[in-house]
Amino acid sequence: MKILLITEQRDRKWNKVSFETLAAAQQIAQQSSGSLSGAVMGKGVATLAAELAGSQLDEVLLIEHELLENYTPDAYTIALRQVVESAKPDLILLPHTYQVRDFAPKLAASLGKGMIGDCTGYRDENGKLIFVRQMFQGRTAADVVFVGEGPWVASFQAGAFRADLAAKHATGKAPVNAVSVDLKPEQIRTKPLELFREAKQAVDLTQAPILVSIGRGIKAPENIPMAENLAKAIGGEICASRPICDEGWLPMDRQIGSSGQTVSPKLYLALGISGAIQHVVGMKGSRTIAAVNKDQNAPIFEIADYGIVGDLFEIVPALTEELEKSKSG
Amino acid sequence: MKIGVCVKQVPAKDAPLAIVEGATWIRESDIGFETNEPDSFALEEGLRLKEKHGGEVVAISMGPDRAKQTIKEALAKGADRGIHVADTQFFKLDPLTSARSLAAAIKDENFDLVLTGLQSDDQGFGQTGVLLAELLGRPHATIIMAIEVTDGRMKLKRELEAGWFQWVELPLPAVITIQSGINKPRYATLKGIMAAKKKEITTVERASLGVPDAPTQRVERIYIPHKTKKTEFLTGQPKEVAAKLVEKLRHEARVL
Repeated sequence: MKILLITEQRDRKWNKVSFETLAAAQQIAQQSSGSLSGAVMGKGVATLAAELAGSQLDEVLLIEHELLENYTPDAYTIALRQVVESAKPDLILLPHTYQVRDFAPKLAASLGKGMIGDCTGYRDENGKLIFVRQMFQGRTAADVVFVGEGPWVASFQAGAFRADLAAKHATGKAPVNAVSVDLKPEQIRTKPLELFREAKQAVDLTQAPILVSIGRGIKAPENIPMAENLAKAIGGEICASRPICDEGWLPMDRQIGSSGQTVSPKLYLALGISGAIQHVVGMKGSRTIAAVNKDQNAPIFEIADYGIVGDLFEIVPALTEELEKSKSG
Repeated sequence: MKIGVCVKQVPAKDAPLAIVEGATWIRESDIGFETNEPDSFALEEGLRLKEKHGGEVVAISMGPDRAKQTIKEALAKGADRGIHVADTQFFKLDPLTSARSLAAAIKDENFDLVLTGLQSDDQGFGQTGVLLAELLGRPHATIIMAIEVTDGRMKLKRELEAGWFQWVELPLPAVITIQSGINKPRYATLKGIMAAKKKEITTVERASLGVPDAPTQRVERIYIPHKTKKTEFLTGQPKEVAAKLVEKLRHEARVL
């Protein structure tokens, strides 16, 4: 199977979910004895292409154009369509980012094809590729297969695969091949304007290795410093489920879940979070989950590695103390 | 402005989901249905744009006969008329066929603006708005948190990840998908409910639209996800469990 991975960057910085999808693409390529090309798009992104070439793939496609500097769905679709028509992949894989949600269905439709989006995994059953995605907000899973000829388009959810399992190139570096695309300003109907952040101390939770997350169990805003002290002691960032941010107790950019961020840190400490599916979809990809909740039947315990049933107002200060003690010791 | 808003009817959030054995959908007979919550934000945005700029709001829903209830709710909130694209086997459609059907049903309306919610709470494909734009030959923008319309153009606040936003401009006509939380959707008033009874709902059979039966993907089965983790419960006094957890995180999970 011939696979084309489309990576994502903005301002020459990777969206790191690209490397999780790289790990998936490498696996599928290996299992199907196929080939893997990785595309890097933008302007002035040759260093990123060179970096990607250090991974196990057959070639890197460097797609550069003035009109790809700032993302627009028109430019990305037109450029990628040309790349796909010349590279003729069987399967196009993308990380399921906000940007991919914005252009990948359009790209697929412009090729007359369909897209299976937001997949959490795949299975290879005797050469038949089955994509697994969620339905009913995570209450059910679904096995989905492509029908008809490729190119097929699929995207993987953040946290579905581990970026650190992406293989390095066996013998050095994959070749980087520049691909020229034909784009005209009048083809682009969207005009991208300034990027901005609303929260003053906006933090990129997707990049934090440790997250301390609070839910309704925290009860009142004056209890938040207790959780912040624990976050400080453990070297993590504080975040929350939706009700806490809706109340304004923490800024919106610290919200985890279906309407907030999707994260996959190495440790996710859930304090007083029941584990409603809207929250769980945003954090279940975490490598290790520890949960403190007074209700032993809380759904959060279904996905936790370690569970403590108890009063978080006793346990959180004890945890902070324990961490500080061992740090100074 | 002539505004079309796509509203989907989905199983109620708290509905017990019974999967039909060997099938790819849930048993519908015992459960309630409601308007897909993300679509109610799109409807509210459409109604506000109409209040500001004048024009018309048309609620569009595809599904079996029961989907008309979702159109009626939109009419009660202030939409002017409805289009029901009827198909009892609607749940079997792949995203592209769904979008092709909706596009065929609304293309002659020549809407200035088509709005959809971010995604549906049942299938959650999250593709309908983007596909409609492509099929209708319109520009689009997704996950929008603010809309300003001036002189045939829109300035939109698009949500990106990690707390970032971006302003984008695009010309009308266009298709926009709305981020949940952009507004506080209104409730229908009694007056609105009464007025809705006189409003028109046009029903179009999906089969009559001439959309090819050419699925690009197929759901083979749906199932309750397997629990992949075994939770280890730590017990004892607060100090003890704290020490145990730190020990486990450090030496067993090795994440500290």
